[in-house]
This record gives sequence, C-alpha cells and structure tokens, in this order.
Amino acid sequence: MRWAVIQFPGSNCDQDCYHVLKHVLGQDAYYVWHKNDSLEGADAVIVPGGFSYGDYLRCGAIARWSPVMQSVKAHAANGGIVIGICNGFQVLCEAGLLPGALIRNRSLHFRCESRPLRVEHPHSIFTKKLLTGQILDIPIAHGEGNYFADPETLKSLQINRQILFTYSDRAGRATPETNPNGSALNIAGIMNKEGNVLGMMPHPERASESILGGSDGKAIFESVIEAKEPKGAVAA
Amino acid sequence: MSAATSKKITPELIAQHGITPEEYERIKEILGREPNITELGIFSVMWSEHCSYKNSRPELKKFPVTGPNVLVKAGEENAGVIDIGDGWAIAFKMESHNHPSAVEPFQGAATGVGGILRDIFTMGARPIFSLNSLRFGDIRGDSEQAKTNRRLLGGVVAGIAHYGNCIGVPTVGGEIYFDNSYNGNPLVNVFSLGILRHEDIRRGAATGVGNPVFYVGNRTGRDGLAGAAFASRDLTEDSKADRPAVQVGDPFIEKLLLEACLELYKHPEAVVGIQDMGAAGLTCSTCETASRGNSGIEIDLKKVPQREPGMTPYETMLSESQERMLIIVHKGHEQTVLDIFRKWDLPVAEIGYVTDDALMRVKNGNEVAAEIPARKLADEAPIYHREAREPADLLERRQFDFSKITEPDDYAATVLELASSPSLASKRWVYRQYDHMVRVGTVVNPGSDAAVIRFDTGDGKWKYLAASVDCNAKYVAADPYRGSLIAVAECARNIAMSGGVPLALTDNLNFGNPHDPEIFWELQQSVNGLADGCRFFNTPVTGGNVSLYNQNPAGAIDPTPTVGMVGLIAEEKHITSSHFKKPGDAILLVGDWGWEVALSAYAREIHGVLTGEPPQLDLSREKRLHDAVRSLIRLGEVHSAHDLSEGGLAVALVESCFGGKVPVGASIDIPADLRLDVALFNESQSRALLTTRGENATAVIELLARFNVPALRIGTVGGNELTITSGSKKISWSLDQLDKAWGLAIETLME
Repeated sequence: MRWAVIQFPGSNCDQDCYHVLKHVLGQDAYYVWHKNDSLEGADAVIVPGGFSYGDYLRCGAIARWSPVMQSVKAHAANGGIVIGICNGFQVLCEAGLLPGALIRNRSLHFRCESRPLRVEHPHSIFTKKLLTGQILDIPIAHGEGNYFADPETLKSLQINRQILFTYSDRAGRATPETNPNGSALNIAGIMNKEGNVLGMMPHPERASESILGGSDGKAIFESVIEAKEPKGAVAA
Repeated sequence: MSAATSKKITPELIAQHGITPEEYERIKEILGREPNITELGIFSVMWSEHCSYKNSRPELKKFPVTGPNVLVKAGEENAGVIDIGDGWAIAFKMESHNHPSAVEPFQGAATGVGGILRDIFTMGARPIFSLNSLRFGDIRGDSEQAKTNRRLLGGVVAGIAHYGNCIGVPTVGGEIYFDNSYNGNPLVNVFSLGILRHEDIRRGAATGVGNPVFYVGNRTGRDGLAGAAFASRDLTEDSKADRPAVQVGDPFIEKLLLEACLELYKHPEAVVGIQDMGAAGLTCSTCETASRGNSGIEIDLKKVPQREPGMTPYETMLSESQERMLIIVHKGHEQTVLDIFRKWDLPVAEIGYVTDDALMRVKNGNEVAAEIPARKLADEAPIYHREAREPADLLERRQFDFSKITEPDDYAATVLELASSPSLASKRWVYRQYDHMVRVGTVVNPGSDAAVIRFDTGDGKWKYLAASVDCNAKYVAADPYRGSLIAVAECARNIAMSGGVPLALTDNLNFGNPHDPEIFWELQQSVNGLADGCRFFNTPVTGGNVSLYNQNPAGAIDPTPTVGMVGLIAEEKHITSSHFKKPGDAILLVGDWGWEVALSAYAREIHGVLTGEPPQLDLSREKRLHDAVRSLIRLGEVHSAHDLSEGGLAVALVESCFGGKVPVGASIDIPADLRLDVALFNESQSRALLTTRGENATAVIELLARFNVPALRIGTVGGNELTITSGSKKISWSLDQLDKAWGLAIETLME
C-alpha cells in the first residue's frame, strides 16, 4: 500500500508515522510536503501530529488552507483513506472532513501519558482487526484534545456508529474519571459517515513496537492494510 | 555619527553596564580610544560572567576535558562532541535560565529550552531528547511565598512544555527539589542531547576572506536586550523592571530553523561555519566566529531582518531575540542557502563577509557603528582570581545531634509524610505535561533512575543512551567537595542501574555572588569534587554553564552544581528500569543497611534537623556496585534496579511499586535488632534495590559477593500492598494509599 505522510511546517510526528509504516509494517511510505498539491498516487494519507504552522490562530486552522489539504479533501471525497492523528485530527475537523472541534483540555494542561482506550466496534476499516470492548493502551500527548460537538452531531455520531475509540478504564468503563481531557462522550477517535476518514487524539504510532511499552496501536494500521490488501488476494 | 552612537560615555553609564573602572581602562587600551555607546554595550555583554566566565574560568580549567572518545572538547565550540562508535557521535550540554525564569517563568524557561537546543543543532546534531533540573522554594502552605513558588513551578513547567512539545524534542526526565533557599531565585537548568555522524560535525569559525556571512531565522527585535548582563547580577526587588531583558520564544520558528539547518548540513560544500545567536546575540556570534577563524568580520546592520523600524545599532547588537543563526557560506553557494531557508519560509539575509583584518566591524549603512578586535573581545576578557574563604558557619552547618532523631510512633504515617513531601513525591504532574514520547525513542519513561532513549542508526540497528541529572544541594552546602562528588557518583549509579556505561558529563554550576569569598570557596571546593568524580568515572566534561549571582535579598541559594551524565547501553536486552515487575521476584538490598541519617530527607522533613554532614562516599566501593550490577544485568538476572538516594530504602520501595502499567506491591522483612527508622530512612551511599527471579536469589547474592559487594534478600514482589515487618512491628499500606500520598502530592498542591 502507498501511504502519504503529510509534512506541514511544525509537524513533528511525521517521522514517527513514516518509521512505523515503513520499518515496522513494511509499507510503501513517503512524505508529501505541504506546498505540493499531488498525493503521488496514495492509497492512504496520514495527517500526523505536531504543531502545524505553529498552531497559531487555532489548532489546525491554518493547515486546512494549505495546497496539500485541497488534494487530501479530493482524495477523501473519492473514498480514499485518511487518518488524522492528534494535530492531524484537529486539521481534519478544521477542514470539514470530520464533524466537531477539539478545544483546550479541561485541565488546561498539556497531557502526555499512556491511556486505556475502549474499541467501540470492529465494523470499520480502521478497527477490522479489533473486537468490541477490547482495551488498547495507546499514549495521548496534547493540550487541545477535548472533543466538542453540538448535541445533534453527537447523536448522529452515535447513531451512525462513527465513534471508534473512547477513553475508559481497564475494565472498559468510560466515566468522567477516565476522561483525560473533557471530551464529549469520552471520545478519543471518530470516523466520517462514509467510513474512510479517521481522526484520533491518541498516537497509535507510539504504540506499535513492544520496546516502547506495547504494540496495541499497530492493529489500527494493520486493519487498514488488511482491508485494502485482503490476505489471500493475488497481487495484480 | 548618529545621536545613538555619539551618546557621551560617563562613569555612571559605565557602571550601569556593569563595567569596572579597571575594565574600562582595558577597553580604551584595546581600542586605542574611548568606546562609543554601542561598543560599550558590546564589551559589557561579552565580558559578563555569562559569556566570559571571568570569575570561574580558572576553576573550570580543573575539569578533565579529554579522553579517547572526545571529538570536540568543552569550550572549543557550542557543545562538546563524544564518539559512541560506528561513526556516530553525541553532542550534549546543560544551560541555565535562572534569572529570566525568576522574573518571567514561562518565557524564561521556554527560551532556556530553545537556547540549549540551538547549541546542539549548531554542532550539526539532531536533538533527540532533553532533561531538566529545577529548584524552587517550598510550594506547601498558604503563605504569599508558597503561592509565588507554586506560580513559578507552574509557569516554568508550562514554559518547558510549550517549547519542547512544539518543537518535537521529547523531555524525558530530570529532577526537581524544593527548598526555601531558592525563594525568589528558582533554578532552571536545561539539558539537551543530539546525535550526528562524525563527518557532520559543524564548527563555528569564520574563515576564507570574502566568504559571505548570512543571517537566518527570526527577525531581530528589542526583546532580551542585554540579557547576558542581566543574568550576571544579583536578583533584587527591582529585577522585575528587567522583564524586557527576558526574551520571548517561538518554538515554531525554531522547529523550522532546526529542519532548515539540518537540510543545509546535507550540503557540506556550502557551509564554512555556523553559530547560533544566543546570549549576546549578534555580538557574540560575530566576534566568536571571527576569533575562532583567526579572521575578521564586517556586517551591515541595515541588512539585518528587523521586527520594527528605528532600532539603534546598540539595540540590534545587544538584542537576544531568539531563533537566529549566523552562517558563514562558501562564496558561490549563496543560492543553496537562500533556496533552503526560503523553502522553510524563514527570513534569510546576507549581512556581511569575512575579512582579514581581525576586526569585528559593525556598519549601519555607511557609518561604522563599532570596530573592535574580535579576539580581544571574545577570548581576552579579564580573568579574576577571586578570594576564597571557608564559610565561618561551616562547622555549624555540619553539626548533627542524633539524640534529636527520635523513633516515630506511627511508621505508617511517617513514611506517607516523607513520600508526599514535594522533593520526594512523584513528579508525574510535571512530566505528563512534557511530551516525553515524541520521536518514538523513549524506552524508559520519566520516573526511573535514568531515562533510556533509542535511536535508529539507519542500517536497521539501534543505539541506546541512558541519561540522568542529579544534585543534592543540601549535601553540597554542608560539604561542597563531598556533595559534588556524590552528585557525580549518583549520576553514574543511575546510568549503571539502567544497564549503561557512563560516557561523559555536563555540569551547571549554580552559585551565589562570587565576590563573596565564602561563596567562591564553595564554588572552588565543588569544582574539585566534580573534577575528581569525573576522573574517577572516566567521564570527561563536554561543557556546561556557570550561573552566578543566584541570590535574593535573603541571601544566596544553596550551592547547586547540577550534573548531567550520559551513558551507552550496549544491547536492547540490557535496558533496565527501576520498578518491580513480577510477583514472586526476590528483592535484594545491595550494599548494606546503611546508617547515616544526618542531612537525610527524614532528618530534615520529619524532625526539622537541618544540619549535619553528608554521607560518606567510598569511590571504590561505589564502582564495585556499578560493575556488579552491570554484570548481573548482562547476565539477564536483573528485573529491576533502583539506587537508594533521598528518602532511603523506604522511599525507594514506594517508588519501585509504581512505573509499570499496573502498580505492584511487595513484602519486606527488616531484622528486629536494627533501629527501624535508621534502616528505612538513612541515606548511606553506594546502595541499590534489585529484583531477580525468586529461585535465583541465592546465586545472585553469591555473584555479587565475587565483586566484593554485600547483598541480602529483604523481601518479595507481589500483592496489592507494601508491607514492612520488623520483629513484632508490621506496617502496611495499600497501593492506592501510596499512590494518593506519593503519586498525587504535587498535583494536589498545584490544582
């Protein structure tokens, strides 16, 4: 699979995503500079974490106007896969590819730690290899990860089963105490209605090698790979 | 001449610039005339302690700076460079930003991080992690002072997080102590390390007459005017008026500058030399590069990208605006530089060229604003051999009356009280504000003895570095020599517990006013201790920083020579962390039970006995411990290793229960014939806690004996409680109780 990793000025998880895709998962990964308007034939696009354009104005607010994002929107409109992680999630919300917005953490502090996440369901290309209620240990690292949307939007996220990951405890209970940032419905990750765009605050690329404390995040990338290149499929 | 450069030089103006009458005579001698105001300003910053080390240089010469793995020596360039094998090297250094952080904690700390990172990537290295060492006054209670200290802690931590998180260099650990000697004068020491190939080492020298000089990065503004001179004075009530001397950082610009510089380094044919504009900004970078290159430099300030119009040459030369670099480019390769910096949307301008007249010539359009022999300015600052005198109260500081240490009635409460004192409590509230995982290199997270970081050497192989910062300033205050030696030994011990071999060290000497002979004596003794420690552990000094004048109206801070040490771990499987892992593992106390409680956290926090002598340190015994633990780690026998330091065995046990995904308890037996508080809380050196498979405990103890290191099994890992039994006494805590007391103490105080 061809994976384009977008590089905005201020991206800082681009190399981490590239490393995991290329060296851990053996994928055809490459960088795309924000001033380019071609995705060079990507099957999937990663909008990585960091502080795009310094996160000035508002997280992700400037990145949405960059040339590459117009191509990412077109790619998504054509059913192409897009994964926004952390700042990438913020960019996708600002760009209108995902509903809602990410605001300042309830604590007003940046928070970096591994958190248990509950998988809501496996019926998406991003969670295909996971089970409902499965607990993943994946780190968060953000100051503005507090997911916010109006009640109708939240309702429709639930009805359309767009919520994929929630902050929970090890027993799978999602409560105010297990919510690290104040997110509505303890939301950690959602997809669009069409099911081809994922946005999540936790960093699966930081949990893809056991030496870093666990490899639960790898299954998200592997789900996409399996969806696009099913086992047993004959290479063309 | 313009009004700004023709301003009359009066004795008051000279004094305002912190220049003594003798120094002024020397300036006239160098120039062969009176300086103008711009030149006076330039001398004042270059001859400040911060830039010239004029008070400490004779002492710093005592440090060992050479060794078979030293590629760039301390003091030669912005940071020393150490060989780590296979063509790879590391550049690392520690710097202070104490004074700026005292008046503006957020920006002061943030720009401290920015400054040290630039020191590292100026060398050609990519920064891969940072550490920090912080000191504040006590944060407990409702006094105005405690509130101020909490505000400073909150601001400094947020500032470090702001800068480090945005630029994407993980802050992987450090240390924090709280003591009222730091009231009004917090310490903010920041450490950063970068990796590079041997052939990629960059130098800060201006050579090749006619080669163009480029300015890249942030525009110059009026912020941080003469910050280096500000940092070389005592902090007073009026220091708040010095807020304009604090710089404002923009980590986004620094991220662009970092990536652009690393991209430029891929064109070695284009770059002659590079130097960051840190303290003393444009002044320091031009005269130092010229001095190192045995050349001169001419620049035109009209060509310098400026944030606002109407800046005088004085302001432009003394500004400490952040995120700027000076690059000397091979003539004919200008376009390469322009292309790369424009790609990153950064200001870039050719502002001058290298000359052969050994002068730093600063023009402002057609007029000459300053003209000074570069070498004399950069390298021939006056050197002062300050008077040193043993403090009159030294014996008082060492006085210790053991009879005041009465055994506690309630051990359960005493351990919780000690473990929840801010200096000993978990620093989780702090390090979870730092992105300590970005770059997917952090193998051992903050909270262990040393942080362990991996990096990809590009050929499918990884290298593993261990790093630790330490200093128990209470020990140093009572015995600067021994206290400093202990700081080095503890760093080396932390590296050993992580499975590493120490490579080299950086230091940050934080002291009071050197004009006070008693303070200078502390500095001298401390340097002797550090130097002896470095020689013993074969860890040359790669550079560092001296921060003097750390005083407030109440007096000087405790002398705080912070040490940062880096080690190499040979193989992934040797990486060891400090927390208990597997139920059923045997817990071994390596070393012995110890006995020294003077100056311990227990004596100070629980009994209010503040004086005493620091514990003894037997270096050969210390080294045997390191060698023995490393050997056991290599044999695969060690599941966790944790050194005993502040708070003694009791606090080490509490800490060891946490750090894994889920906490794990332990049960401990202490012989009834030992006085329990001494056994639990003493801070005797050269000791550690190890865990190993239960059935191997005896064999491991025998192996340790071969290294002449005593050890005994004191307990077993497992359960939901920490239980300590001693004769008929049985004390226990649930893990929840410990987590509330130790884990949440700082959070509770801060939120």
